[in-house]
Amino acid sequence: MNARDAILAAVRNNMPQPAVPLPEIPGSEWKGVKHGLGYKEHFTRLPEVPGAPGVNEPLLAYFRLQLEAMGGRSFEAADATAARAKVAELFPDANVVCSAVSEVPGTRRVEDVRDPHELNDVDLGVVRSPLGVAEAGAVWLTQAELVVNALEVLSQHLVVLLDPAAVVETMHDAYGQIDLAASPYGVFLAGPSATGDIEGVIIHGAQGARSLTVLLLAPQATAGGSG
Amino acid sequence: MKVGLFIPCYIDAFFPEVGVATLELLERLGCSVEYPLDQTCCGQPMANSGCQDDAAATEDLFVHCFQDFDTVVGPSGSCVHHVRFHLDAIEQTPQARKVRAGTRELVEFLHDDLRVAAFPWAAFPHKVGLHDSCTAVRGLGHVRPSERVNEPYFSKTRELLAKVPGLELVELDRPDECCGFGGSFCVTDEAVSAKMGYDRVYDFHRHGVEYIVSADMSCLLHMKGVIDRLKLPIKVIHIAQILNGGPP
Amino acid sequence: MTRAVDPEGRAERFIALEEHESTHDRLVWGMRQNRDKAVAGVPEWEELREQASQIKEHTLTHLDQYLEQFEANATNLGAHVHWARDAEEHNAVVYEILQAHRVKSLIKSKSMLQEECGMTPYLQKRGIEVTESDLGERIQQLSDEPPSHIVVPAIHKLRSDVAALFAEKIGTDPKDSDPHSLTEAMRQNARPKFIAADAGMTGANFAVAETGGFVVCTNEGNADIGTSVPPLHVASIGIEKLIPRARDLGVFIRMLSRSALGSPITQYTSHFHGPRRGGELHVVLVDNTRSDRLGSPDFWHALKCIRCGACMNTCPVYRRGGGLSYGATYSGPIGVILDPGFDLSKYRELPFHSSLCGSCTEVCPVKIDISDQIYKWRPIVAAKGMLKLSKKVGMSALGMTLAHPAVFHAAESAAESALEHLPRFLPYNPLNPWGRHRDLPTVPKQTFRQWYLENRRKS
Repeated sequence: MNARDAILAAVRNNMPQPAVPLPEIPGSEWKGVKHGLGYKEHFTRLPEVPGAPGVNEPLLAYFRLQLEAMGGRSFEAADATAARAKVAELFPDANVVCSAVSEVPGTRRVEDVRDPHELNDVDLGVVRSPLGVAEAGAVWLTQAELVVNALEVLSQHLVVLLDPAAVVETMHDAYGQIDLAASPYGVFLAGPSATGDIEGVIIHGAQGARSLTVLLLAPQATAGGSG
Repeated sequence: MKVGLFIPCYIDAFFPEVGVATLELLERLGCSVEYPLDQTCCGQPMANSGCQDDAAATEDLFVHCFQDFDTVVGPSGSCVHHVRFHLDAIEQTPQARKVRAGTRELVEFLHDDLRVAAFPWAAFPHKVGLHDSCTAVRGLGHVRPSERVNEPYFSKTRELLAKVPGLELVELDRPDECCGFGGSFCVTDEAVSAKMGYDRVYDFHRHGVEYIVSADMSCLLHMKGVIDRLKLPIKVIHIAQILNGGPP
Repeated sequence: MTRAVDPEGRAERFIALEEHESTHDRLVWGMRQNRDKAVAGVPEWEELREQASQIKEHTLTHLDQYLEQFEANATNLGAHVHWARDAEEHNAVVYEILQAHRVKSLIKSKSMLQEECGMTPYLQKRGIEVTESDLGERIQQLSDEPPSHIVVPAIHKLRSDVAALFAEKIGTDPKDSDPHSLTEAMRQNARPKFIAADAGMTGANFAVAETGGFVVCTNEGNADIGTSVPPLHVASIGIEKLIPRARDLGVFIRMLSRSALGSPITQYTSHFHGPRRGGELHVVLVDNTRSDRLGSPDFWHALKCIRCGACMNTCPVYRRGGGLSYGATYSGPIGVILDPGFDLSKYRELPFHSSLCGSCTEVCPVKIDISDQIYKWRPIVAAKGMLKLSKKVGMSALGMTLAHPAVFHAAESAAESALEHLPRFLPYNPLNPWGRHRDLPTVPKQTFRQWYLENRRKS
């Protein structure tokens, strides 16, 4: 008998009885982070979460708060020109800028990269995220946006463009919107790379990006410019 | 109300004043209290070490002593927890089931069953630290555990102590961390047990308590051992003694 | 019988290192406090726990279906799925894959399963260089020690320890113990290894049957570098890691990092579905005693574990004695209930390395009855005749004394005489552990029973 059959046979033989049904997770009737998610009627008697948005309140401020708590930062940008200016202001010494977005062209186009090893010298990576999650301060990135996945983690610094209207409230909302199997790689990125392994001291820039900057800008029509 | 009085082995041997206070208190509250003379122990020390065979005869004796009582009351959370949840080294006869179901710990008996409104004979004008044992908190549900952050706070022991004039309760840095007694753990894992005891005692000491009160004498036995070694100016007292108007 | 790990002795030695123990206890308790703050921000936390527990119980009671569904979907996406019955087979399968790709060096992210299988020494013996990429794991690898905590593997070390270690192993300044410079030094040291590696290995936090993918949660992003740069990704996944649907991830991801560190999510929550562009993906599904444990009514709930580490953070015994005192892959309360299942003889002392306070059960995001399971392991150890002789003899004597009222009363009188009349050095000696750090109780003049007879039973 091969390993697969042996394991499945052992599992079938040992599965506990009675079987436990799969619980339904509440769907669209979200009451929001502030008041709990409507799991049980008594949620309205639970304490509120300070700073969190109520039902129908805008999510963006909370997203920015949580992102900051995770070690990231965010700025508004009126248009592509403002975005480019902000990037130049924040990273004046960046030599190799590899961009996956037309709004902020860099010195290298990610589409031109043949092998991920080539990205080892990137000072600044620029990508766009299709989705932000407020409760986690996280942005969603897949192979579609990154083109070369390593751009996200080899860049010394990372700038992520995000449409401020594309922010959902909770991880439940996020998983409800994305199609996981559609991309070989997908990451919820919340802030820069971090560690607390040495005496619990939080350090940013452990292995991946040293900083994460979100520029709040809806997708612009092709801004022109090469690179 | 007629109750059988259950006095744990170590209280009989080392802290008879706690048994006396429990008996007197129950009598003052109108109970007719009987103490079966042949009782020794609930079996926990052996069962706690995995020695079910060694616990069986003792558990059997316990059932035998208390089988004629509808209600049994004992001033020890860990022992009562053992009786209700773990008295299973013996056959589960109807008598065993009856005794297990009817065994009550003193605090829950006073708070839930008798619903005592006042202790008019009691006063305790001292700064007191409250130590609820782990079995009382997470085993018997007498206090909301600190882990259950979003659930409303409640404490049966505090509610009882609030009825004692003059008593000032202090807050701790770590409200319900284990003191380190843990049964035979206190000698088999001595270094860890002692360190836990030292840390717990220092938490009380930092907050300036004169007394540590608990409904579990086993925790107090362990902490007193630490207090005496460190020569700290703290006394330990069982809640029965305070509610009975004590010490002693 | 295998030689038993002595957690009590190891804990005692750690406690003797005052700065290490007090720092460790403070930092790890801090993680528990951060968990509490995070839970306060999720009003529906208890409902989430119940959901998480039920999702896991459902999966485990239908595990065969979900394993087959996962395999089919993963294969459709282009992943190669392998199966391994035990640690030895896992290592052999991994080695075969690496050999087929002529791998000389690999870089890996944290995997308790790979640690459990002893994979690294196995591969190193066969000439493959293996580098841990997680900072804590790398520190432990360089120290030749196993991890002491599931999430922060080197939390038992002081920064001065790490400074001395790095000075010796990677040439940093021994006088610079600033965690920032130490971390930067490791970043500079590790990056070339990522670039040069022929393969990247990971574990998995969750494997999703519905989609055929799996999820790896890190704070450093080391799993992301290790899988996006080298062309080969091999993932070792325990069969208990399965969950049914993508939407179930919402429940678990919301709970994992809040329970572990108190942040709403790890910095990187990475999802892998088939090989990346230009890469190859192999998944090894591993049993290694899990199907056995599934068949145990008392212990199968331990398979729900999502490896958050909340139990060790809250455990007062873990925080004082340190994670290395368990002498096993898994430390803390979860270790106490898992390790005897791997080797009862070696880990026969672990179930007693607990005061049964029950805090672990309360913080477990998937509601494993950890404390109850710790209690249930004890009679199993006793029944196998594996109790320490002194305990066996002591409990037998105690059991006989307490079973007979007359014997008990006689023993009480004898103790009273003994403690009253013996010189201090007799009860306070190395044979009486109580007396090392505590005073003995004084013995009263009368027992309660004697008082009762005198004062209540006049007849």
